[in-house]
Formats: sequence, structure tokens, C-alpha cells
Amino acid sequence: MRAFVRDTAIAAPLAGINIDTDQIIPARFMRLSRADGYGQYLFHDHRFEPHGSPRPDFVLNRPEFAGARILVAGRNFGCGSSRESAVYALVDYGINAVLAPSFGDIFHSNALKNGLIPVALPEQVVSELRKALNAGPKREVSVDLEAQTVTLPGGSSHRFPIDPFWRECILEGVDEIDLTRGHLEQIEAFEGRYEQARPWVVLP
Amino acid sequence: MFDKIWNSHVVVARDSGPSLIYVDRNMVHEGSFHAFADLRRRGLAVRRPKQIFGTADHYAPTAGRRLADAATPEIGEVIRKFDDNMRWGGIRHFGLADPHQGIVHVIGPELGITQPGLTIVCSDSHTSTHGALGAMAFGIGQSENALVLATQTLWQERPKTLRITVVGRRGPGISAKDVILAIIAKIGAGGAGGHAIEYAGPVIRAMTIEERLTVCNMSIEAAARFGMIAPDDVTFQYLHGRPFAPAGDRWEQALTYWRTLPGDDGAVFDKEIEIDGSSIEPMVTWGTSPEDAVPINARVPDPQVLVDARSRENSRKSLEYMDLRPGQPMEGLAIDRVFIGSCTNSRIEDLRAAAAVFRGRKTAVPAMIVPGSTQVKRQAEAEGLDRVFQDAGAEWLESGCSMCVAMNGDRVAPGERCASTSNRNFIGRQGPQARTHLMSPAMAAAAAVTGKLADVRRLPVEP
Repeated sequence: MRAFVRDTAIAAPLAGINIDTDQIIPARFMRLSRADGYGQYLFHDHRFEPHGSPRPDFVLNRPEFAGARILVAGRNFGCGSSRESAVYALVDYGINAVLAPSFGDIFHSNALKNGLIPVALPEQVVSELRKALNAGPKREVSVDLEAQTVTLPGGSSHRFPIDPFWRECILEGVDEIDLTRGHLEQIEAFEGRYEQARPWVVLP
Repeated sequence: MFDKIWNSHVVVARDSGPSLIYVDRNMVHEGSFHAFADLRRRGLAVRRPKQIFGTADHYAPTAGRRLADAATPEIGEVIRKFDDNMRWGGIRHFGLADPHQGIVHVIGPELGITQPGLTIVCSDSHTSTHGALGAMAFGIGQSENALVLATQTLWQERPKTLRITVVGRRGPGISAKDVILAIIAKIGAGGAGGHAIEYAGPVIRAMTIEERLTVCNMSIEAAARFGMIAPDDVTFQYLHGRPFAPAGDRWEQALTYWRTLPGDDGAVFDKEIEIDGSSIEPMVTWGTSPEDAVPINARVPDPQVLVDARSRENSRKSLEYMDLRPGQPMEGLAIDRVFIGSCTNSRIEDLRAAAAVFRGRKTAVPAMIVPGSTQVKRQAEAEGLDRVFQDAGAEWLESGCSMCVAMNGDRVAPGERCASTSNRNFIGRQGPQARTHLMSPAMAAAAAVTGKLADVRRLPVEP
């Protein structure tokens, strides 16, 4: 996975709660190869009019949020479909972290595996941050994975939870498949015992 | 039960954070091309191909069973690439023309691939469906899929447990879909986040396996990655003799183990919720989240009454998208089309329930019926249900995910209102600007023959 340590960037406040992965990337784009990047499809039907021109009122199209690398969203962000393409679209657009009160469980896993930091913060903090970002003029937020803190435009700092295993993996850019293949002996030993106990499960 | 299954699958335990969990079965569909590309790039093979099963469903054309039937050449190419990846990985797979083809969450149980006590993954969020047979089944992403293909294991945090007990008795005309929509309306779209749900109580116990599959299917719509029901004799009878279920001595051995799975009376859950099953009515959704479900005889809620400002704003936007006004009755709302299908409601019992309403009536709006598997299709045809649908004027099609996820070209047109038996009423889910109302197969059939949202209990059905 790609490594991430810290970043300071403009944060864009996204409206709504329960933003599902169909909103993040509509299903019709998922058959496309990632070679050209999925960033162009991020929030596609909210970002663009049906004929393709950008919708000026959508947050990522507003000039004050140009170049945003951090997203601030409502609770249960990334609920719904397991499509990892939603994370690919955010990452390919250039988003490094999403701040929200809570996340869809599968989205949360997918984000960690792509070095996109899901930062869970209390609802009140997120709500005030969104107001502050909309009001401006300060719109820069810092996310520090090493220190597990976010620093908001007003200067206040908040600690966020992340499992130490995933934190380490992302800080170091550890490849999960390589890491797990390091446990192959244990996997084989498990299969050996398991085959004895439940012969109907392990198919040769 | 969850803990028993979890504990027996831990390969590497750590003091905190994720454990390395052994995966018994991985089911793959066309969307897995990212995972196969990753494997090929690394020069790795599929480690346990016999424990992987593939089926073409998300992009499967409903008009016919050839690649040429795909809505566009690009969609056909996705299916061709899938067939190619399956051959490359040495994976048993059910392509378009295979008699075992179907929606992954329909064929798993139908073929006996799904069994109690197994860990089952699939890169699809509705994988919780398989928990209806007492399996620990959950949806994964493509990075996780690649890891499972390469190692047959997965790093996973142990979720907390939530028991939802449905007490009382289901009223006449109340389906499993109504039960799960009522649960989601009560606990909310984020209500079970971080939890594995175990459904229990007399209403769940009295359900057939197909009804239990419908309930577990929609666990993810309440944010739970897992939904399960303790296996019982209904489960064992359902599985016996299915093609991939254990047979002979192995069956007896498995059965002995399966009987140990249900939790003790004193089993402790992190959270408990009780629902009164007797008060559940036929449900329909009004908004753009599955939590926006109300009884058919209710009115569109007024966002003003919501305490939380963000929920208020969200509901207002939903109503605008759905073109509804607060206080408007749900019953009688004119619809433009009907979709009966999806991994939630496309099994033979669902089709029978819909056919009972269609019988002797005519559709008032276009309706498409998409069976969940080729086997369900054949069974329905053997029972003459296809004639009932076609005589009523509905379209009888080939199996796949179809208009639930709108990836195969089957779409609701912009601005159209669709009565659908699927699982998600998200903005644009069934096509850009499509408006979806979720409901049961019988309720969708009632909508088809009246052209409006209707209470199926008021439509007399021939015995």
C-alpha cells in the first residue's frame, strides 16, 4: 500500500449524512480500467450536470476548495456497496484523509488498504468544522498519522483512533499480501489441523 | 455462535487489532478483475482454487445467455475477462450459459456451498445473506479479495455482537422483507455499525430458509457487515442433498458439528434490541436510504419533526429527489415501473408470492421479473409461474443482478418512479435520477397491477 505520514491541505466540507458508495462512484463507471485514474468519476453525478459541465454549487467545484486533499463528511460515510472503486476514486482525485463521525465498515477497511486515512471525530467537532470551512477564510487542516492528531483551522487539535496494526502498515507502506505470505507456515499448519477436525470444509 | 465460529478460524491472534482469519469459501463475480490483475502483476497463483466459486451476475444480460446479448460490447468484455480469469485461476465457475449460474447470494445456498459454521467472503456487501444458514459471511473489497485468493486468509477485527430478537407473530400478508425493513427503520442505516447481528426470536425461528436469507441480506443496510441466524433442523433439511453439501459419512460428521453452533441460553451480546413482530405492517420506503421505511398506510414524514439538523436537511433533500411532499399518503402514489428480482428477493418463494398477486390480473405499468438463478428460473417455469407473469403482461427474463445495481444496462429512466424488491433506494442506484421505492415481492406485484403503491392485503388472492 502507499505510505502516508502527515499532510496539511485544504479540507472540503461535503453536505449530507449516510453518503453511500454509489454517490462516491456510480456503478456504471466500475467496469473501466483504473489505468486512467478513477478521480474523474469521483462524486460524478453530484459534480457534473447530465451533459457533463461541472455543477458550480458542488463543494469540490467551488474555487475556495480547489486542490482539497482532505474531505469532511457526515456520519456513516461510505455505507452501502463494498466497491473499493469508491476508495480508488477518492485516492486518484488526490484525497488523503476523510474526517467523519463514523464510516461504513467495508469502506473503512478498503480505505486502510489504500492508505486513505479514515479519521473518526466526535459529531460536534465535525459539525463545527464544516461550519468553519464553509465560512472561511482559513480552510487548512492537518492530519498527522504518526501523532494520531488532526489540527483544525482554528488551531485546536484532536486525537483520533486508529488500530496500531494498520497505523504501522500505512506509516511504513507495508504490502499486506507480502506481510501475510510471511505467515504461510502458520496457515499451512492451521489447514493441516483443520482438515483433520472438519474434513468436509477444506477442499484439496 | 459468532464467537465459536470466529475462534475456530483464527490462524494468527494478536494482542489487539485484527487477527488473521482462515477463509473457508470465497465467491467471486465479474467485479473481481482488479484482484486478479493484482495477482497476475505479482506473479502469484490462486492458492486454494477448489475453495473459490465464481458466477457471472453483476453484468449478466437478462435478455439472453450469450456474450452478444450484453447491452454494450464493453459490458460483454467484462464477462469475457471474468471467464478468462476463472480459467487462469483454475476456479470452478458458473458462466452465463451454466445451469448453476445465478446471483452469488442465491446460488451459494441453493448449491449447498453455503453451510453452517463456515467463513464465507465475497466482494459484495450483501454477503451477509449466507449468515441465514449459520455461516460467518461478510463482504470484502478487492484488496482483501486479492489477499484471500493469494493466501486463503484475511486480517479482520472482531466485531461486537448485537442480538435482534423479533418477538410475537407475523400477521397475515407480512413478508420477511417487511420484517427487515421495519428493523432498519427502527435502528437506522448506521444502527449496527461495527457489529455482527444475530437475528433471533419466534418470528425468525418460524421463517423458511429463503425468508431468513432475505432478512440477513439487508444487514448491511443497517451498517452490519455480518448478519446471522443460528442453524436448526430447517437449515439441515434445506441443505441435505444439495450438490456441494457434504454427503454420506461427511454429512453425519458435519451435522454433529453444526448442532453445537447455536449459542447457549446464557450467551451474552454486546447489545440487545427487541422488535415486536406482531405490529409489523407491509413496508415501503419514501426516501433515499433504506432506513426511510414506513408502513404502506402511513404518510410521508415531515422533516420538521426531526430533532437533528443534519437529519432534517437530509430528509428535505431526499423528498426533493423523490418528488414527494410531507404528509402525502404513501398508498396510491403513482409509479412508472416495477422490478422484481435481486439477491434480496428473487428466489422461488418470492416469485410464487408475486405470481399469486399477478394471477388473473394485468399489469398497469411495465414490470420485469428477473429470477435469482437459472435454477430458480427453471423451477418457476416448471410450476407455470412464467405463464402467470407473461399473461399479466410482465417481462420474464434471464437471471442476474439486473436493475438492482443497474450495471448490465437494465436501468430505470431519469425521473421514473420504480417499485422494486431490491435492497437500496440510494440516489441514482437504479440509474441517474431514478426514484426507487423498496418493498416485498407481493407488494411490488400489487404496485404493478394497480400502477400505484398499494396495500397487498386489500387485493384478494386466489387460494
